[in-house]
Amino acid sequence: MKKENKETKYEKRFDGRNFDQLRPIEAKIGIIKNADGSASFKMGDTYAIASVFGPRDLRPRFLQNPQKGTLRCTYDMLSFSVTERKRPGPNRRSVEVSLVTGWALAPVICLDEYPNTVIDVYIEVIQANAGTRCAGICAAALALASAGILMKDLVSAVSVGKIGDKIVLDLIKEEEDFDPATDIPIAFTPRTGELTLLQLDGSISKDELKKAIELAKKGCQTIYDLQKKTLKEHFSKMELENDIQ
Amino acid sequence: MGELLVQNKDIVIPGEKLATGMDFLPSNGSFRSNEDVLAQQLGIVNITGRSIRIVPLTGKYIPKEGDNVIGAIADMSFNNWYVDVGSAYQAMLFVSSVPEYIEKNADLSQYYNFKDIIYAVISKVTRSKVIELSMKGLGYRKLFGGKMITVMPSRVPRIIGKQGSMITMIKELTGCKIIVGQNGRIWIYGDIEGEKAATEAIMMVEQKSYKEGLTDEIKNFLESRRKIE
Repeated sequence: MKKENKETKYEKRFDGRNFDQLRPIEAKIGIIKNADGSASFKMGDTYAIASVFGPRDLRPRFLQNPQKGTLRCTYDMLSFSVTERKRPGPNRRSVEVSLVTGWALAPVICLDEYPNTVIDVYIEVIQANAGTRCAGICAAALALASAGILMKDLVSAVSVGKIGDKIVLDLIKEEEDFDPATDIPIAFTPRTGELTLLQLDGSISKDELKKAIELAKKGCQTIYDLQKKTLKEHFSKMELENDIQ
Repeated sequence: MGELLVQNKDIVIPGEKLATGMDFLPSNGSFRSNEDVLAQQLGIVNITGRSIRIVPLTGKYIPKEGDNVIGAIADMSFNNWYVDVGSAYQAMLFVSSVPEYIEKNADLSQYYNFKDIIYAVISKVTRSKVIELSMKGLGYRKLFGGKMITVMPSRVPRIIGKQGSMITMIKELTGCKIIVGQNGRIWIYGDIEGEKAATEAIMMVEQKSYKEGLTDEIKNFLESRRKIE
């Protein structure tokens, strides 16, 4: 309706960051004892935990694929994760996010090595302030690696967007609710630089989208460095000193 | 020319570059992409000659031919048992590969029933991940009594120790019979105190497996425990 309003000025970010600056990020491995692999990923106020079970037997049998394994992702936001209580259980949104998370992770996992089985990834968001699917993907990649799953690469994800007239990295809730706001969650495989997830909510021109992807690539590199460091630090603690049979 | 980018016993993460050029060969847990050898799994690098292997630090048990494993009977068919060995796939134990003579159409549950614990060897792993077990050979049998604990499969070499030094020591000091399966399942049989001590000692080894001089530490622990009693 009001097309002339589209280019609203966005001078300063709500939380005072630079336009190309990430929120403080933090990751942890091995937080769930019963899982085969688990990790948590924190992006500012967004906090996601992921647990991996498997590879394990897939039932009912007709779902089994003798050529390659199945990846099953479940994303859920806990009822206390948002300011207004979220009704527990799956909903339209969480089903969608579960699916795209699976699609973002599947290209790096060597599913051919696990015929007839399933790898279950459960992502729980315990605190949400935008970018939950990105935090979930980052946590899930760490959890998969720590579960000893064969993978070609990790996955790092971050959201970029166009708020007013600015391209910004790592949106927060206030920015998502800003009037002309475009939210683009992007997932990269850091080694090969391939895109595994790109969703777009809003409107953006071609050139700006290219710019946004470049910005996301930079952000993902920072996240990848953290993921790498976290994994190495966690496992160097439990390194086997000798006798590899 | 090829260049090695990691050293033996380095910890690598999936996708990490291990070596460039065609001079090095990918082995278990690594793969080749273009001209580089990359890690496929989180683990420790083990370089033997030209091949680079990754020894996994975590994860489920990966069945290998010749491994001695401890499993539980999970299911039965008309001529075989299905055994849970802790991997993603159920192992098969055929009537023909058990020491007992079993007649045609016999009731298999009379020999090995559900939830029975058996000690067997993996005789075959096919490409489609069908695991076949065999109980023919010395020491393979059904395990009666005692208790079974589960540790991480990657810790098993440490629990056994060099030439079995660690496990022999625990056996001697606790007076227990202990069988260690390569799949991380350990069967302990003895008196109650001995079983308790052995369990604690093995758990200690699992948690502190990165430490040096662990055999002596466990020895002290078991001896001091015995004095208190």
